[in-house]
Amino acid sequence: MSKSEQQQARTIDRVNTTLAQRYGRERRFRRFGFFAVVLGLAFVGVMFLSIIGKGYSAFQQTRILLDIEFTESVIDPSGERDPAVLSSANYSALIKNSLRALYPEVKDRKEKRELYGIVSNGAALILRAKVMADPTLLGSQAQLWLPADDDIDMLVKGYIDRTVVQSERRVKDNVIAWIEKLESEQKIGKFFNTTFLTGGDSREPELAGIGGAVMGSLYTLIVTLLLSFPIGVAAAVYLEEFAPRNRWTDLVEVNINNLAAVPSIVFGLLGLAVFINFFGLPRSAPLVGGMVLTLMTLPTIIIASRAALKAVPPSIREAALGVGASKMQTVFHHVLPLSMPGMLTGTIIGMAQALGETAPLLMIGMVAFIVDIPGSAMDPATVLPVQIFLWADSPERAFLEKTSAAIMVLLGFLIVMNVLAVILRKRFERRW
Amino acid sequence: MTNTLLILILLGLMALAYHLGVRRSQKLVGGPGGVRGLHSLPSYYGFFTALWCGLPALIMLLLWVSLQGSVIRDLIVSDLPEAVRNLPEARLGLVINDIQNLAQGNIVSGEVSPEMAQAAEHYKSLLRTSYAASFVVILSLAIAGLSLGWRLISPQFRARNRVESVLKWLLIGCSTIAIFTTLGIVLSVLFESIRFFGQIPITEFLFGLEWSPQMAIREDQVGSSGAFGVIPLFVGTLLIALIAMLVAVPIGLMSAIYLSEYAGSHFRAYAKPLLEILAGIPTVVYGFFAALTVAPFIRDNGELLGLDVSSESALAAGLVMGIMIIPFISSLSDDVINAVPQTMRDASLGIGATHSETVKKVILPAALPGIVGGILLAVSRAIGETMIVVMAAGLSANLTVNPLQSVTTVTVQIVTLLVGDQEFDSPKTLAAFALGLLLFLVTLILNVVALRVVRKYREAYE
Amino acid sequence: MLSVTPNTAGVVTLPKGLVGAGFAPVADESRAINGTVGDITAVDPRMTARNVNVYYGDKLAINDVSLDIGKNEVIAMIGPSGCGKSTFLRCLNRMNDTIDICRVEGEIKLDEQNIYDSSLDVVPLRAQVGMVFQKPNPFPKSIYDNVAYGPRIHGLTSSKSELDDIVEESLLKAGLWDEVKDRLAETGTGLSGGQQQRLCIARTIAVAPEVILMDEPCSALDPIATARVEELIDELREQFTIAIVTHSMQQAARVSQRTAYFHLGQLVEVGKTDDIFTNPRHGLTEDYITGRFG
Repeated sequence: MSKSEQQQARTIDRVNTTLAQRYGRERRFRRFGFFAVVLGLAFVGVMFLSIIGKGYSAFQQTRILLDIEFTESVIDPSGERDPAVLSSANYSALIKNSLRALYPEVKDRKEKRELYGIVSNGAALILRAKVMADPTLLGSQAQLWLPADDDIDMLVKGYIDRTVVQSERRVKDNVIAWIEKLESEQKIGKFFNTTFLTGGDSREPELAGIGGAVMGSLYTLIVTLLLSFPIGVAAAVYLEEFAPRNRWTDLVEVNINNLAAVPSIVFGLLGLAVFINFFGLPRSAPLVGGMVLTLMTLPTIIIASRAALKAVPPSIREAALGVGASKMQTVFHHVLPLSMPGMLTGTIIGMAQALGETAPLLMIGMVAFIVDIPGSAMDPATVLPVQIFLWADSPERAFLEKTSAAIMVLLGFLIVMNVLAVILRKRFERRW
Repeated sequence: MTNTLLILILLGLMALAYHLGVRRSQKLVGGPGGVRGLHSLPSYYGFFTALWCGLPALIMLLLWVSLQGSVIRDLIVSDLPEAVRNLPEARLGLVINDIQNLAQGNIVSGEVSPEMAQAAEHYKSLLRTSYAASFVVILSLAIAGLSLGWRLISPQFRARNRVESVLKWLLIGCSTIAIFTTLGIVLSVLFESIRFFGQIPITEFLFGLEWSPQMAIREDQVGSSGAFGVIPLFVGTLLIALIAMLVAVPIGLMSAIYLSEYAGSHFRAYAKPLLEILAGIPTVVYGFFAALTVAPFIRDNGELLGLDVSSESALAAGLVMGIMIIPFISSLSDDVINAVPQTMRDASLGIGATHSETVKKVILPAALPGIVGGILLAVSRAIGETMIVVMAAGLSANLTVNPLQSVTTVTVQIVTLLVGDQEFDSPKTLAAFALGLLLFLVTLILNVVALRVVRKYREAYE
Repeated sequence: MLSVTPNTAGVVTLPKGLVGAGFAPVADESRAINGTVGDITAVDPRMTARNVNVYYGDKLAINDVSLDIGKNEVIAMIGPSGCGKSTFLRCLNRMNDTIDICRVEGEIKLDEQNIYDSSLDVVPLRAQVGMVFQKPNPFPKSIYDNVAYGPRIHGLTSSKSELDDIVEESLLKAGLWDEVKDRLAETGTGLSGGQQQRLCIARTIAVAPEVILMDEPCSALDPIATARVEELIDELREQFTIAIVTHSMQQAARVSQRTAYFHLGQLVEVGKTDDIFTNPRHGLTEDYITGRFG
């Protein structure tokens, strides 16, 4: 055997001695990687499950069936049907009357107050709206499903344990007894919660809704879109198609890349100092929110738009220039339309980011408690993520389910937007 | 409202100008058939005229709107009684606010004195005059521009080049917004910070070990020392960021490696987008999850083990922040791992290395600069993250590295100082801007370094 | 379908990487492929391939190739682009495993062991059958670590001095020692193209493989570096069995003892290098070596 053959024979022996060990390491490494992926996926799963598990019940509202007597002497003693009188009348007296009739055994004053508490404060407003819309109701009698108080809502949905001692839960024994009576008579039930989707914010969980926040988000996003899309596309077109390579454009580029990574709260500080304190724009307005979010999403849109422009092959530009089009015509007639799907995809993703953004909006006062649904971009408003933040801070148990449900709505919007972006990309993806 | 009307009228005029420009250019060469005699297409003459009509007028309108407020304010102030004019700036602002509210028919905070009522009347009339004047000035400017543009049109006139150069300047203007944003950030936080450092020495801010921004209103108030030492905030921020990185880096990196090197295409096609969902979830949702699910979970389990866990522990906030950053790390790592050339893998496999040996000894060392850059970007993101810590971390500035205790962060303090009622010029409000400056500088340095490292890395394999 | 028309300029355009065999319209009988011409066996075979078919997806890239690779010989594989010679070479140490859609049929034996046997382990196989690639691909590590990589992962040495010896010996064999001995700690990517390729050869022989596969090792090098590597191949023949794929017929003539001519995924002719170049028996081989194919 030659020396080299000896060496070769030794090699394979040596390789074989450590082989099992090496494969063991290989398996462990692979398993570790798989475990990491599974862990990541588990986080996604746990988050979604925990939020949906807490939030799905908010789409239902507990209501109590009451016999309401629209007593004329209580609502409109003069009988003139004056809207001002109708509007300021004591509708909760009607509810109290009905409750007293339902539970004649309740005599004690303290107990009576507890009894009145099982129906939401908002029920009186519902009666008022009914009477205002149709004054002929006065004097008649009707059976109405009226919203229950949030504690009762929680009790009926099973979030309050009826078996623990009285001092440990928010609903007392006598109240539970009343509710159980209602349950046995089927006078209490769960209905689809339209208030939650259309109403404004409220201190009472059973009356609070995301309608105002959704409208605020909508106005904010419209402002953001109207500003950031044209500006972002124009900036990308200039940088990609016209800008000479020099220090200035380098500076602009470095700037854009850095802005993309600046913490969002810093944009909020900018908005507070410049838009509100310096230019004197109104606090809490979607207009200012939109402007701040525009500055924040511009880098995303510019970067995506530049990538889309880069993907258009130079041959298209040469063809247009070759038939005598000006540079501007080449860009606006050929390059821009071809890169539009990519730009739109980037814009939708930027808008999705803007929709989920909270921190900078806290800085410019969109965190106020606002009951009215905003009617324009100048009205004080809040947005969906800020509404979630506000509710998450509320101590009432019922707000926990509202918060989770608001998150579900927000995630729903985000999923729709992202799916739209994916479809757009798939549909218009072009390989050159 | 009046400005909206003005803008609508201007747009109408511009449309008219476009039409006139097109008509005139065609007429000059004898109808639509003679278009070849023109330098540019008729529509460019139209745009040219419309630009002359609209641009100067719009610029004027912008100037008017931005200057109107301060000019009217000065006029009002000069008419106020001596005693009021000599009030300090902040009080004077309140008085003017009242006058404006009075003029608009809103509810006023104090009682209405005759001088104020008079001033409000004055304010109203000034406003009316201003609007009327702006109408006249701006519309005449528009018409003058229109006729000038219209006159300039001739067959040899290079309308297209003019229109295109205006368009180009517009594009340039849009591209500089990024610069102005950065400038705006720097100036806004810098000015307020300088005022803050006028009241609190910068050394005390940077090296102070105690943070309690509540200023004592009464002498004997307890716990309101008004200390502005940033060290506890910084330690808290870094502690939470460190916990986040300990979660995100191993999981993110390993899942990137598994998905790009081991997973079958089928598994990858599902797992990757599912993991990326984490990146699209708004931070407020993570905050909610941290505060209401993770923090109680950790506290309860800590109690079982006999540990004293704060209900706002750094661990809960850091853990959830780590989950948020996983997709960030994994997609950046995925990019850099895929940038390592296939020949490198071939060389290692060709010599008989196992897959994991190739990954650990060839691919990861080669991709290291890119991965480090990605981690730096992630750290910058963790430091600047706001909602998770606002919702799940505490408010009290404990100087501790115990992850089971409550700490506070720079961003939490910015939010608590600026949300709610603000007293202007109090060090409390200004401190938020000083913190903002600090945050901006730290993240900027991290970003610049990280982006440079990543770019160098990319260039090495291109 | 694929059409190959050798025109008067002698240029054939083939889609890269795609080979369908036996579909070419043939000019005359002497250009038809009916099995391999010449002796496919070697006197003392190290590797034997029998009836190998390779598919990329459902495209046939190698069609029924049988060939022996003899001990201590250099066998050159030549043929036009896309003829499957690189694909065949990569089958010999199962580098094709890294391509998902690639499927290999037939039998390839190394010292009587079928390397496509399901029980066979690719890691020791590749330690025995090393590979040098078309583009020099040193790791972005020091020169020393590049050469030491193989011995380290395979656990070939038990001490630092032993490893030092292997590194020095391999660099000596690769003819690179004198050029780099003072800068072993510098990164391997800083060397010139020719030096990088010799470093890659040193890295391969550091594991002491039995067979070295070289996939156009000089195609990215200048003529002087090429000459240096060719010299090296000749020296290495003493200890290793070498299979080399090359584009250059001169190179094949200079370094090899046997030559195999591939055409459209089929092995057309095998024989002693001298015979193939002076007296080709198949019409296609003749066309190629006389320059009628590119």
